[in-house]
Amino acid sequence: MSLALKELRRRPGRFGVATVILTLIAILLMFLGGLLDGLTAGNTGAIRAQQADLIVYSATSQDSLVRSRIEPQQEKRVAAVEGVSEVGELGSVQLGGRIEGKGPRDLVPVVLFGYEAASQGLPEPPTEPGEAWADDTLQAEGVKQGDVIRVGPTRSPVKVTGFVSDTRYAGQSTLWASLETWRRVQNENRPDARVAPGVSQALVVQAPGANAAELATRIDEATGGGTSSLTESEAINALPGVAAQQSVFNQIIGLTVLIAIIVVALFFALITVERIGLYGVLKALGAGSGTLFAGVLLQAVIVTVIACAVGAVAALALDAVIPVGSIPFVASGARLLGSTVFLLVAALVGCAFSLRRVLKVDPAQAIGGGQ
Amino acid sequence: MSETQTEERHRDSTGAGDSDSTPALEMEGVRKVYEVADEEVVALDHADLTLASDEIVALVGPSGSGKTTLCSIAGGILSPTEGKVVVGGKDISGYSAKQLTRFRRESVGFVFQTVNLIPFLTARENLLVVDEISSRDRKRANQRADQLLEELGLADRARNLPSQLSGGQKQRVAIGRSLMNEPALVLFDEPTSALDTKLGDQMVELIRDEMKSRGTAAIIVTHDERITGYADRTVHITDGRLEA
Repeated sequence: MSLALKELRRRPGRFGVATVILTLIAILLMFLGGLLDGLTAGNTGAIRAQQADLIVYSATSQDSLVRSRIEPQQEKRVAAVEGVSEVGELGSVQLGGRIEGKGPRDLVPVVLFGYEAASQGLPEPPTEPGEAWADDTLQAEGVKQGDVIRVGPTRSPVKVTGFVSDTRYAGQSTLWASLETWRRVQNENRPDARVAPGVSQALVVQAPGANAAELATRIDEATGGGTSSLTESEAINALPGVAAQQSVFNQIIGLTVLIAIIVVALFFALITVERIGLYGVLKALGAGSGTLFAGVLLQAVIVTVIACAVGAVAALALDAVIPVGSIPFVASGARLLGSTVFLLVAALVGCAFSLRRVLKVDPAQAIGGGQ
Repeated sequence: MSETQTEERHRDSTGAGDSDSTPALEMEGVRKVYEVADEEVVALDHADLTLASDEIVALVGPSGSGKTTLCSIAGGILSPTEGKVVVGGKDISGYSAKQLTRFRRESVGFVFQTVNLIPFLTARENLLVVDEISSRDRKRANQRADQLLEELGLADRARNLPSQLSGGQKQRVAIGRSLMNEPALVLFDEPTSALDTKLGDQMVELIRDEMKSRGTAAIIVTHDERITGYADRTVHITDGRLEA
């Protein structure tokens, strides 16, 4: 085994090509993963920020916020269900926002939310009408605290009182205002979809200690089938595009891992063939196939770890360098570690293709080299 | 050689005195037959050979005569098709591949014709390879390696890579390596074929000195008639058959 280590240390050039290729693959894996995580965060931030046990939509909405309408009586029934401790109304409207300093045609798509329940992700709604918290990605558009954003065709003014993080929805930046502000802006700009006072699009339900799935069923029963209650993860999956995005990216990631397996397999097969003479001598001296193969595995693991370390550094560097809101990219520890594990498994699988060749090396060929 | 070194060598050979009466090698009726394209090729035909525990035997024969096959069987690299092989008191005739691997590690030394040092290891590390493979007593192996390097005149070359050593020096490292596990038998394959007359003479003298001082038996495969003068006995082999 230390033989394998010594070879790595003293003949680094021989492993150079494989290390470079694996590093590129590691970088690709981690960037793809980071991009997927960023896109997903950009889609799901608003829902995750609620930190809700359940999200309740109307039954006919097909679990879509925009199509959902919850009447006050339904809300009362939901609040009365046993196990529910807190119910908050939620509403949203997607409009183009005009930002000070930008041209009249230069609209920034924003989603204005109206809410009442604060959480760890969201402070209490602004008390002043027309004020809102802004997702910090709007800072990339030049928005500062105190600025007024004019949203929609009627240019309804919304004043930014401060910033929150990780609250994006459907890939767009968000504004978080009181329910009254939301209803007013919705009715001014979407007259065909007016909301009466007390009407919301969804309910945010807190039910500490309850079994969420079971509670969801009871809530829907309590409203006579008029609602569709989802757990947080179900609500996230129901968001348009999220599942499809993850599926596409995961396929690409899977393909990349497959490429890594092939690279390792080819490279170490080549190395093994080059070393058949050396293996013959070592076997004649009394080295077992197991010892020799363990050396091959060790080298593959070390090369992969180096490649992943470089990839992780590159991903973290990119995360630090890109300005907030420009590219959806998140370098999370879980993703980097996961990518490393994938590549390590790929390396081990790739080496397995050389196992047979190592087993077949005949020590007798070391003798009688001249004959 | 200093006096202490000669004394040390004496202690080595007397230490091996327990196995003095056990022959290093006993081959009885050994046959090796290969199947090549539906034909039977007899590489070794009813070979009988016995070596005393400290005997040096020169094995002489033309190419294709079965010298390599005999050495491979004596060294536990090949199993015989028929017959009995006992090395240093161990009957290896029916050993599995795994048992043979262990046997080679512990009881036999090889010096290959093409030397076959590991190119990225220093001379000293090359000697320690077998111990690394088997992870036995590291400290004792280190001491033994240093001692061997000293005796072989390679003490100042211990940290050199094979690419920095002359042909003769590489050969000596190979000899050192073959002795590291205190074998019952060392197999030399054409040790002088790549050396000129003077170096060749020195090499054979060195081999004889090392073997005799340790009381280790050796089979030296060779074309070279000079070697026969240094061996205790010469055995001729032609077409797989031994003639005394």
